This record gives sequence, structure tokens and C-alpha cells, in this order.
Amino acid sequence: MDRRDFNRFKGFGRRALMLAGIKGTLVSALVARLYYLQVLQADRYGMLSDDNRISMRMLPPLRGRVLDRGGEEIANNRRNFRVLVVPEQADSLRSTLNRLGQLINLDDTQKARVLREAERRRKFVPILVADNLNWEDFARLNLYSPDLPGVQLDVGETRAYPGGPVFSHIVGYVGAVSRDDLKQDDDPLLELPGFRIGKSGLEKVYDGDLRGSAGDTQVEVNAYGRVIRELARHEGQPGADLVLTIDAGLQRFAAERLGEESGAAVVLDILNGDVLAMVSNPGFDPDLFNIGISVADYQALQNNKHRPLFNKVLQGQYPPGSTFKMVVALAALEAGVILPGHTVFCPGHMELGDAKFHCWKKGGHGTLGVVQALGQSCDVFFYDVGRRVGPDRIAEMAKRLGIGGLTGIDMPSEAAGLVPTRDWKFARFGKRWAEGESLVTAIGQGYVLATPMQLAVMAARIANGGRVVSPRLVRKASEPRGAPVEMRSLGISQASLSLVQQGMNAVTNTPGNTAYTSRIKTVGWEMAGKTGSAQVKRISMAERESGVIKQEARPWEDRDHALFVAFAPVGNPRYAAAIVIEHGMSGAKTAGPIARDILEEAQRRNPAAKEPFRGRFAGGDGRERG
Amino acid sequence: MAMRRTLGDADVELSLGRKLLDMRWGLILVLCCVAAVGWAMLYSAAGGNMDPWASRQMVRFGGGVVLMLAVALVDQRFWLRWAYLMYAVGICLLVAVDLVGRNAMGAQRWLDLGIIQVQPSEVMKIALVLALARYFHGLADEDVRRFRWILVPAAMTAFPMALVLKQPDLGTAMMLGLEGAAIFFLAGVALRWFALAFISAGAIMPLAWGMMHDYQRKRITIFLDPESDPLGSGYHILQSKIALGSGGMFGKGFLEGSQAHLSFLPEKQTDFIFTALAEEFGMVGGLGLIGLYLLLVAYGYAIALRSGSHFGRLVGLGITSMLFIYMFINIAMVSGLVPVVGVPLPLVSYGGTAMLTLLIGFGFVLGVYIHRDVEIPRRGGAL
Repeated sequence: MDRRDFNRFKGFGRRALMLAGIKGTLVSALVARLYYLQVLQADRYGMLSDDNRISMRMLPPLRGRVLDRGGEEIANNRRNFRVLVVPEQADSLRSTLNRLGQLINLDDTQKARVLREAERRRKFVPILVADNLNWEDFARLNLYSPDLPGVQLDVGETRAYPGGPVFSHIVGYVGAVSRDDLKQDDDPLLELPGFRIGKSGLEKVYDGDLRGSAGDTQVEVNAYGRVIRELARHEGQPGADLVLTIDAGLQRFAAERLGEESGAAVVLDILNGDVLAMVSNPGFDPDLFNIGISVADYQALQNNKHRPLFNKVLQGQYPPGSTFKMVVALAALEAGVILPGHTVFCPGHMELGDAKFHCWKKGGHGTLGVVQALGQSCDVFFYDVGRRVGPDRIAEMAKRLGIGGLTGIDMPSEAAGLVPTRDWKFARFGKRWAEGESLVTAIGQGYVLATPMQLAVMAARIANGGRVVSPRLVRKASEPRGAPVEMRSLGISQASLSLVQQGMNAVTNTPGNTAYTSRIKTVGWEMAGKTGSAQVKRISMAERESGVIKQEARPWEDRDHALFVAFAPVGNPRYAAAIVIEHGMSGAKTAGPIARDILEEAQRRNPAAKEPFRGRFAGGDGRERG
Repeated sequence: MAMRRTLGDADVELSLGRKLLDMRWGLILVLCCVAAVGWAMLYSAAGGNMDPWASRQMVRFGGGVVLMLAVALVDQRFWLRWAYLMYAVGICLLVAVDLVGRNAMGAQRWLDLGIIQVQPSEVMKIALVLALARYFHGLADEDVRRFRWILVPAAMTAFPMALVLKQPDLGTAMMLGLEGAAIFFLAGVALRWFALAFISAGAIMPLAWGMMHDYQRKRITIFLDPESDPLGSGYHILQSKIALGSGGMFGKGFLEGSQAHLSFLPEKQTDFIFTALAEEFGMVGGLGLIGLYLLLVAYGYAIALRSGSHFGRLVGLGITSMLFIYMFINIAMVSGLVPVVGVPLPLVSYGGTAMLTLLIGFGFVLGVYIHRDVEIPRRGGAL
């Protein structure tokens, strides 16, 4: 090595050393960085790593069943094959939906709904695309699922209503969570795709009990959200079963007996208010609402003149007609306006000023007392009594018997009915009460309106000796088993009640009276009742002159409503019933036989005598639910 | 240096046996160790499977080692003689790839030669070291300090850089630049020229920003604040840091890295493989690998300083510097110290080309040691 070379070697050595220094500095930076990340920040990044890999998923609880008093399932759950999509994981939501549309039936409105929902919700929340798939569709989707990023398939539980339309108004239905629901209820369950909450009926009232509480599962997921394994699982609390006071058999019988008629039937246990049957006819299929009702189906229901969606028992307000006469009689007796021996001569009409008020019987009834007047439903007798007692005391008695106020049944949107008073008239119309209106009110026409449930409560309170009984569909959890319900007295004298009860007995069991043909012939099961025919259309003077047009000749909408209230057995009452047949023309001919059959069936089944089914949490700890 | 065998005569050849005996088998063992770390991590990244990565990587490594030995056995003077030609071929290939190259991942980097596909930029990494080493080997000490004499090698570095940048491949362009700078530095180019280059680079920066592709700009902005957009573009680097951080001191254990196995790590088998290692073996594992790399660098120093020719010294340290730069940029990148530029972890990341380049490069390093006493005259490169 010559000198030049040696100098060059020295120069190279110097530079190599400097380069080594630079490299050492850089390596120190790396080591410092690793120390910072892996030692100083290890906890933070460890947590982030777990956040990454662990995904909490909510487990929807099984919704509680709805059972009749005997434990028969009216609403339960069935397997539901569903397909969901997570927008975040789908390459393109639109194209994913199109591909799904090639595999299963998916119309444009459904696709539009998914896209709309994707806008509204957070990107990682799965959105329900379709549910209630059949097994073939579901299997096909499973086969193609590797090619469908973001698509989740699951087997859930969905509401089913084995009870069918007969129970539709009682149980109601569940439906998808609306935006308003989300605002009112912060239960995280509502965020779950396809979650259903009670939308009407008991499903709505007892939604909190039926819903249960969410469980959760911690699953390890990869970066694409695919579940690798489950790390921990907390089962939620399934919803509680709801045991109704309804006797499913009686309910079905009543519905069948109403047949094609548009109407309502209620049967109550007069000693504790248990609603044994509550039919609003026709019903609807609650499953339709759960799955998502089509516009056509919904319009068909809406446009049906028999109003299947309308709960006639609680929301239907009808003039009670002659079934109101017990109220008038009791009001007058209790006020001392008439004595038990009071009689009135019925010539077939009553004149008040210039006006002439007719009795339904053209020739008149002659002289009658309270019992005969009820038995033959004499209008003139009650014109006279109603005029004497006046609207305010009638209203007061009506309220005591349950008419004109909410019965307090555990159902949403109950109608209050109406019983007019002088003050009400003035407040409402700015006019003074006319005496003729007292006459009209006395026969349950004019302003008076009552729901079938209120009429049944009235019958029950008359039958149980004037005690407060309120209808209920679900027993209170706190109620001791088998013990009679404490019932406050209404403060009506037994003498008056006895007289009215005799009158109602006469209606059905005295030959020739209005509902004698509808009597129960079985000894010991006899019922007492009262017919009612409520005018829907005022009979004009001209029509009266030319002879009243036969009901059958009028269009359905103009025909009278047929009503019947009853209790049985007469000797030792237990069951009260109210029947309203819309435009059924005659209480005696239409409603009476139905009431008879239903009450006879009620006594045959005698549900009140049986120990009700023990309610339980679906978890099985045997607690009773209220 | 009396002990030195004088083999200055070009006709004298070392025997094959002599050469094999002089092979630095210790260096080769360390290379195998680094590669074995790579196989283990590829095995883990595949969820405990030899396929698809580990097995193929092993085969490639075997082939690469054979090539490495072959390169090491060839006389230094031969490589010196052919250095410029190899550089010229490299430039031609880069031009060709620009014209007819195969498009992969949005950048033209591959050239299909029928039988094999080559990545000209990889050829260039070696050819540039050899060509610059030859240039400085023949340059007088006084001339190295003169500006006009470094214009030629500066152009030799800048031209392929420009071609690679056009592909566009920012990472490789940067590698070439740093490689060239390392050789300039070792050759003794005055520090003021480095200062000048640094300043002019700073001046060009805004201009370069304007010429950059969107994805390149994005990488830089993400680098500056990765956590601003954790689900978007900052995802990779954030997840990478999570993997590193959650590994802690001793790691989660082999095959237990949740970040890598659950696919949160991007490109866990290539550029981000260091994070998988650091997640499963912690800081201890990460430092262990860095230690192996430093051992390779130390071998490079020992060989270079022992070499009798300037060409040998520059090649020896030039190649090991390339390895170092690879390693530093990759680890700095995945730990969030520098922007993500797409530089693999040498010998560990999955991929044949980069590994082949490294092994051939180390073939030259080994060759420098074997031919440490072969004297090459300044004009020795003349054909």
C-alpha cells in the first residue's frame, strides 16, 4: 500500500466511523421509540388492542309469552331466519342489496328502506334487510355468504300469535321501533336491528314486563368484523310471561257466536273484575303487523266498514238504549223520587208541552211498576221517572255504575263514554237543559254514550250487590291467590238493587217479556238481562206519519244497534256480560240469544271456579307477574 | 504489512478451496438467523401455517444463498470491470419498465422478460453501489473534494432516482438516494456539498409536493397526524402502533398476536411484519432482531476496513449501509417515526425480489473479504 492509498484508507476510516456514529444515533432513536410504545404506552395500546378485537354484542331477550288464565299460549315466539347488512363492511350497500335481490325476493321499497336506514344509523349497526325467510332462501344465502361482504345471517326469535285474530284487540301486536319510540325510551335494545316492541293492546301496556332485559356477548372479531370466537356471555333476563284473566275457550266461543256480525262481547267475573272474554268482532291478524303489513292489506283493514282495527269493547261508544233504564230506575229509587211501589200508566206515548214521546209499543203497556216496566222495557214509565229525577242524578248514578268514566282497565286508549248533565249541556252548547232531553236520556238515547265494557261493568255492579268492581286483564302480582277481591260498596240500597235485579230477571224469565225467548233454560243457570235497541238515525215526523220503516228495509248503516246486558246465574250471580251488535236492529232478537249462549257457555266452563294458571318468569323461578 | 500476499498481478487466481475457506461463514449464519425470524413470523402471520408464505420464503432464501455464494466467489476485478455496464443495463431496464412495464398496485415496477419478472429498481440498488464504488475507486483524493468531479456521480445517482420516482416508487427512490449519499460520504466528499444538497432539497420540497401523487401526499399528512382519521387513511399506522404497544416488554407469545391474526395489521406479511414480531415477542423480540441486523452491519465494517482496495471498502460498507437503511426506515415507519413509504424489512418481509437483492449484495460483501488482498490499480477497471 503506497502513501496515497494509505491516506485514502485513513480518510475512509474516519468517514466510516462518522457513519457508524450516525447509524448508532438512528438505532438509539428506534430503541427509544420501541421503549416508548412498548413499555411506557403499553397499557394504553393494550387496551386499544382489546377494543379492536373485542366486540360487544347485545343479545335480545326472549319476549315473554301471553297466556290465558289456563296457561294456553296466545302469543309466543318462533324461529325467525333473518338477513342483515352492516353498511360499513359492505363494499357498496347498493350493489350488495342488488346481489341479495338476485338470491331472495327483495323489492325496491325494501331496498330503499335499508338505504334510508343506513343513512340514519351508525355505519357499524347491522340493518335488517329481510326477515321471516323460509328455510330454502336462508340456506341459499348461507351458501353465497362468502361472496357477500357485510351480510350477516342470523336465526332470531320473532313474535307469533297462535291465538290469532280472536285475541287481536286484547293482545295487540308488536312492531318495528319508530323514531319516536327511540326518543322516549333509551333502552339500548331498541337499537337492535329488527327489534320489536309492543305497539298496541297488552303488548304495549306490559311491554316493559314482556321485553325483559338485554344480555351481551363479548366476541373476538377480526378487522372485517367477522366473529372468531366468543369470549364471554351474559344471558339477559327473558321477558316475563303475562297471564291473562281471559278464558281462551270462552273468548273463542264468543267470537264464534258473534260470527259475521260487527260487534262486541264482554264477560266479567263480577266478584273480582276478571275479564273472561272480550271480543271485538271482526278481529285482525296481528302477525301482519309484526312482519310488516303491506299498504294494500292495511287499507283493506282501514276501509272495512266493520272496522277490524277498532276495539269496539273499549273504544266503541254506543247509545245504551234501554239497557240504561236500570240506571234511571236506581237513580230515581235512591233519590227517593219514586217509591218501590211507584206505578205509571202507559197509553203508548207521553206528551210534554207540544211534543209527543212515543213508547216502543204502540198500544201502550197500561199500568206498570218498576219490575214490569223493566221487564217489558216500557218507555213511558221511564219518561215519567226520568223527568222526575232529572239528568244530574241520572248521571251521578251512571258514573257510580261505571258509565261515563274510564273503567280503568289495563289497556290503552279507552273511551270514556258520556252521560249528560245540565252543566255539561250548558258548557257544551251554551243552552239550558230542555225537559224533553231528560225523557230521551231516560231511555238511553240522546247524548248518552257507553262502551260495551262500561255496560258490562254496570251489569256486574248491579249483580254483585252494588260493589265497585273494575275490569282487569292481568291480575296484580300482589293479589293473594284465591282470596276474594276487596270491593268498596257503591252505597246503593239493597232494596233498590233487588228491585232492579228482579226487573232484569223478569226481562228474560217472565213469559211474554222482551227477552223471554232468550232465556237460559238450564235450571240453576238462568240469567237476568236487559235488552236495548239504540237508534242510530232519528225517526223523522214524516216517517212516523207514514209508518215506521222496517229496520230490515234500511241500509245497514242506518239500522239500530242491538244491545244486551246480562248476569247469571240469577240466584247467585257470578258472570256479567254485555253484547253490542252494530246495526243489529233488535236487542231482543239479535243480541239476546248471543248473550244467552255466551253466558251459558261461561257457566259451563265456569272459569271463575278454577285456580288460575301460575304465572312465571320464563327463567322459571315461579314468581307471579302482575 | 509484510504478511500480505501480493496478488497484484491480474493473472494470479485464488484457488476455489482457498476462497471457500475464506468465506465468512459467521456472517452467513447471522443472515440465516435473520431469515429464520422472518420464517417464524410468516408462519405466525398465516395463522400457524407454512403456507402460503413461510415455505415459499424458505425456498427463495435457499436459492438466494446459492446466488450469494456464486457472486462472492467471482473476482473483485471482474465486478469492477463490469460495474458501469451493469449500471447501464440497470438504466435501460428502468427506461424499459417505464415504457412497457407491468402494472402492480398502481405503480409500474415490474418488467416481464418472458421467463422471469425483474424489478429494475432492485437491480439498480446493487448496480448503483458498484458503479459509484468504481468511480470513486479511480478518482484521485484531491479530485474527490472538487465539485466538478462529484457532478458525474451525482448525476449517476439522480438519474435512476428520477426514473424510479416516475414509476412512482418513492420508497425505492429514497433508498437509492440514501445509498448514493452513504457512498459519497464514505468516499470522502466534502461535507459542505452535503450541506448544499440538504439545503437545495429543502428548497425543492414545495416543488416536489406539487409533483407528488395524491397517495404520496396523503401518506405524509397521515404521518403528521395519524390518529386524526383512525378509520380512514390513518388506520394502518394506528393499528401498527397498537400492535407494537400492546406487545409490551415480552409480547403476547408466539402465534398469540391478536392484531396480526385478526387482520387489523395491514400487510402483516410484508412491510408491517416487524409489528407482528414486536406484538408477539415484545420489545425484547424487536431489539433482538435489531441486534442481528447490527451484527450484520458490524461484519460489514470489519470486512470493509480489512479490504485492501478502495472499491472493496466502498462496496462492503455501501451494501451493509443499504441493509441498515432498509431496516431503519422500515422499523421507523411501522413505529410511526417516519411516513409510510413502502420499504420492506430486509430478509424478513415476504417477497422474493428484495431478499434476492440483499443476498446478492451480501455476496459482494463476502467477495470483498475473500478478495481482501487482491490489489486493484486505480485504473484497474479499464477493459
